[in-house]
Amino acid sequence: MKMNELQPGAAPLTLRALEDRSAFLARHIGTTDEDQAAMLATLGYATRDALIDAIVPPAIRETAPIKLAGPVPEAEALARLRAVAGQNKVLKSFIGQGYYGTHTPGVILRNILENPAWYTAYTPYQPEISQGRLEALVNFQTMVCELTGMAIANASMLDEATAAAEAMTLALRVGKSKSKRFFVADDVFPQTLDVVRTRAAPLDIEVVVGPAAAAATAEAFAVLLQYPGVAGEVRDGRALTEAVHAQGGLVIVAADILALTLLSPPGEWGADVVVGSTQRFGVPMGYGGPHAGYFATRDEFKRSMPGRLVGVTVDANGNAAYRLALQTREQHIRREKATSNICTAQVLLAVIASMYAVYHGPEGLTMIARRVHRLTAILKAGLERLGFSVPTQAFFDTITVATGAKTAGILEGGVAYGFNMRKIDERTLGISFDETTTRNDVARLWDIFNFDDTPFSVADHDAAVTDGLPSTLARTTTFLTHPVFHRHRSETDMLRYLRKLADRDLALDRSMIPLGSCTMKLNATSEMIPVTWPEFGAVHPFAPPEQAAGYHRMIHELEAMMCAATGYDAVSLQPNAGSQGEYAGLLMIEAYHRSRGEPHRNVCLIPASAHGTNPASAQMAGMQVVVVACDTDGNVDLADLEAKADAHARDLAAIMVTYPSTHGVFEAGIKRLCEIVHGHGGQVYVDGANLNAMVGLAAPGHFGADVSHLNLHKTFCIPHGGGGPGVGPVAVKAHLAPFLPGHRDMPADDRAAHAIGPVSAAPYGSASILPISWMYVTMMGGEGLKAASESAILAANYIARRLAPHYPVLYCGPGGLVAHECILDLRPLKATSGIEVEDVAKRLIDYGFHAPTMSFPVPGTLMVEPTESEPLSEIDRFIDAMIAIRAEIRAIEEGRMDRADNALKHAPHTAAAVSADEWTHAYSRLSAAYPTAAQKAVKYWPPVARVDNVYGDRNLFCSCIPLTESGEAEAAPAAA
Amino acid sequence: MNVPASLKYAESHEWLRAETDGTVTIGITDHAQAALGDLVYVELPAVGRQLKADEACAVVESVKAASDVYAPIAGEVVAVNEALTDSPESLNADAYAAWLFRLKPADTGALATMLDAAAYEKLIGEA
Repeated sequence: MKMNELQPGAAPLTLRALEDRSAFLARHIGTTDEDQAAMLATLGYATRDALIDAIVPPAIRETAPIKLAGPVPEAEALARLRAVAGQNKVLKSFIGQGYYGTHTPGVILRNILENPAWYTAYTPYQPEISQGRLEALVNFQTMVCELTGMAIANASMLDEATAAAEAMTLALRVGKSKSKRFFVADDVFPQTLDVVRTRAAPLDIEVVVGPAAAAATAEAFAVLLQYPGVAGEVRDGRALTEAVHAQGGLVIVAADILALTLLSPPGEWGADVVVGSTQRFGVPMGYGGPHAGYFATRDEFKRSMPGRLVGVTVDANGNAAYRLALQTREQHIRREKATSNICTAQVLLAVIASMYAVYHGPEGLTMIARRVHRLTAILKAGLERLGFSVPTQAFFDTITVATGAKTAGILEGGVAYGFNMRKIDERTLGISFDETTTRNDVARLWDIFNFDDTPFSVADHDAAVTDGLPSTLARTTTFLTHPVFHRHRSETDMLRYLRKLADRDLALDRSMIPLGSCTMKLNATSEMIPVTWPEFGAVHPFAPPEQAAGYHRMIHELEAMMCAATGYDAVSLQPNAGSQGEYAGLLMIEAYHRSRGEPHRNVCLIPASAHGTNPASAQMAGMQVVVVACDTDGNVDLADLEAKADAHARDLAAIMVTYPSTHGVFEAGIKRLCEIVHGHGGQVYVDGANLNAMVGLAAPGHFGADVSHLNLHKTFCIPHGGGGPGVGPVAVKAHLAPFLPGHRDMPADDRAAHAIGPVSAAPYGSASILPISWMYVTMMGGEGLKAASESAILAANYIARRLAPHYPVLYCGPGGLVAHECILDLRPLKATSGIEVEDVAKRLIDYGFHAPTMSFPVPGTLMVEPTESEPLSEIDRFIDAMIAIRAEIRAIEEGRMDRADNALKHAPHTAAAVSADEWTHAYSRLSAAYPTAAQKAVKYWPPVARVDNVYGDRNLFCSCIPLTESGEAEAAPAAA
Repeated sequence: MNVPASLKYAESHEWLRAETDGTVTIGITDHAQAALGDLVYVELPAVGRQLKADEACAVVESVKAASDVYAPIAGEVVAVNEALTDSPESLNADAYAAWLFRLKPADTGALATMLDAAAYEKLIGEA
């Protein structure tokens, strides 16, 4: 509302108007009405509607608004969600099974989990502006390597179950055994076994389950053991490992990260892969996620390892620097030959876990582990004194209790007291302790088991009870010896360490991140606040459903919101990333064809322009990829599609297509594409990566698609967390709804009739971050979501139009218009000036910007996506920077600047380089660091100069950088 | 671009050289190494492996690309250039010295069917 309308003398206003229910829209959308009018004038359109009419093909244009209530003001939305959260009952959890209570240190909670400098960062593809989180991830990798006793660890996995499944497929690739049998010990976490089964089936892997000892004679290509097992038993795997190796099999151990501080690490018994979860290192349970899984293996298998790997290299000045290493393993390069389809990690959660280790250090972690164990040992002694039999012999934090006929009574008594235990069967209970367990909890548990006050105390047992850890498996090797795990024990030091790392990175709290296809929009604070409410954070994923009533209500409401926004009929929020949603969607298509007696349908058509995850997912789902050509405009070649569909008519399973296309264009032929594929019996999978251009304007569920995954971390405001978490729901039309992913711990009402197996360890995946999207949709309402899409499209077209005189804009649709992103072609510059896309990307850092997406989908180009959230001033600042850089390139083209010694080739410039006594370049220090007036107001200094990718991959080193005696990082660590 | 006249070539950018003992040495061309950029990793086939013509049998990787190397002709792998594993950069330095593997051809006439230098130059647009 304008000031002149609000002045007391102006026309009367209703209360309704003054309540300003759509106030959040103007907070979320960065441009004002006046800004948008000016932007539209630049484009030659009178209204936003007229612009959208010219861009979105009429055939797919939604005519009715999205059926959603709202908008709702921020405070009211928070109050509503608070009431929903209040329906969750937070009990103390002794359930265990992979999820444990933990104290997130306050300094980590506030300065990482609740700090936009960490949670709004992107995947560290541009290493020079990501050194802070890359260091945190190297700490994570070092922590995992040393605790597991393995040579190399990646920068996290989606969860423990996915990590185990990835270990299985790694073993199949690298192992020498001809067997296709995978053996799983019967005390592996059941949710892990289920995900392994889901992943094994399309690859024709036979999963055999049996007692751990049977692994020795299983003749499997690999075996999976749990350490300690789900019932608490700690088994010595050394002889077993030898026996499995003797048969040519590999050994995978899922190990508890806290137990490894006390127990002999599997790496020391010769295990080939060690996986697990780092949740109990300070990350709330959150009804199942997100948490960082871990994956560690032998050095010889590093190239087959899934996920991201951070390595150390040198920068242009010879200083040590971090970067993502061995990226050629990944899907965007290997496509269907990729080792996995996982594009992201759980960076934010891995950072928290690594900082938990930095905060506690090896002594602190060991003390926590020993305390947890001692409480467990005392509990066991007391229960035995009360007459209960505890069959667990060697244990860490979990025991099994024979409760016989008293089982139900004890469980109920526990719940009445505020305790959840794990019901193993009608006569047995499991109890797992954790960092949050206290001596009072032990005393209360005795009372519960005793149905009365207990005649003895914890102190009575403390002196007498001996530990229950097997002495033969006591850990003898040191871990976390690097100074980083010793120097930051005071909170002052810890606070400054976190601040120091955050200051090295460029996240959304400092500047626009115009990454095409990544949708780096606002993650509003009101959306983030509920994430750390204990009513959401402290719920165990396998707690009785009636205790999670608030979660179920929020989940069902969010599912309905997603259906309304996409035109689909049903949604599963289980997948932890877009790649997992994609994989689930393909499995559902496969199950659908099988249900119709057409199991032979296994050909997946994928356009040449597709993101590399698509073919990687199809491969994992056991499908055969057939590539469909694109025309010179980048659109799917419908004639080629028809020919390929004809050629594979009998076996056609699906097409995977991104819409708007990966080139950022609303292809007019999409309806025809759907018709062709349906006409040949196939299903249409629409990759939802670019949904931010479409919500409220076109709905895949209405224009012919059968299934999509959505990226809540793009379109629906979940922050990228520096490279995870993500949420990739899979949304389907009604005929596919019976196949949505199931889970053993999902209430029957939620389970689909012919559910495919789970793709995540937890029934609702990363449940604790779903409030973010719930808040966003609630505060925006249907009209607000549409306005956001339109504003995003307007911003992209404004940038394209203003930059078109300076850089050719590729792949425009009719009228020279783009969708929500635009591709700038830098390829011609190489011939005229020697400047390549990487030089421009790095030069943007000197101007204070994160580069747009480099070389995707077209090599040598930049793809720019401003989103609706950027203010016009920031969009203009970016445009001005790009124009100024073009002028710098022109100086090279015209011979006024040297082709080799110029500010682009040497970008980015560090403070140390610019202020050094010696300056030998042909351009000035001022033009290097302060190329325009904008940097005088705010200057971001990259902590390193351009990193040397080649050196890093030739000299792979993926642990903390050794320090010299003076505490400085050694310049260039030698290869491991 | 360096295309020695003494060698034979495959359309998938491998070079072949007939040795006096009847084996054939295979590597990637100067054009291929230039297109890939600074190489950081080479994966070689196992000695003794029987390869079909056009079978993917080795991998060369730069920081930006991973590329399969194909057996231009069928045969048994009799030797591999182990030194490359530690120094993939030698492929960038001299693609014709840094051979990848040596085959005992299944069909002694197969080599003659490969491209000669002129034809390969034409293929890469240098003729």
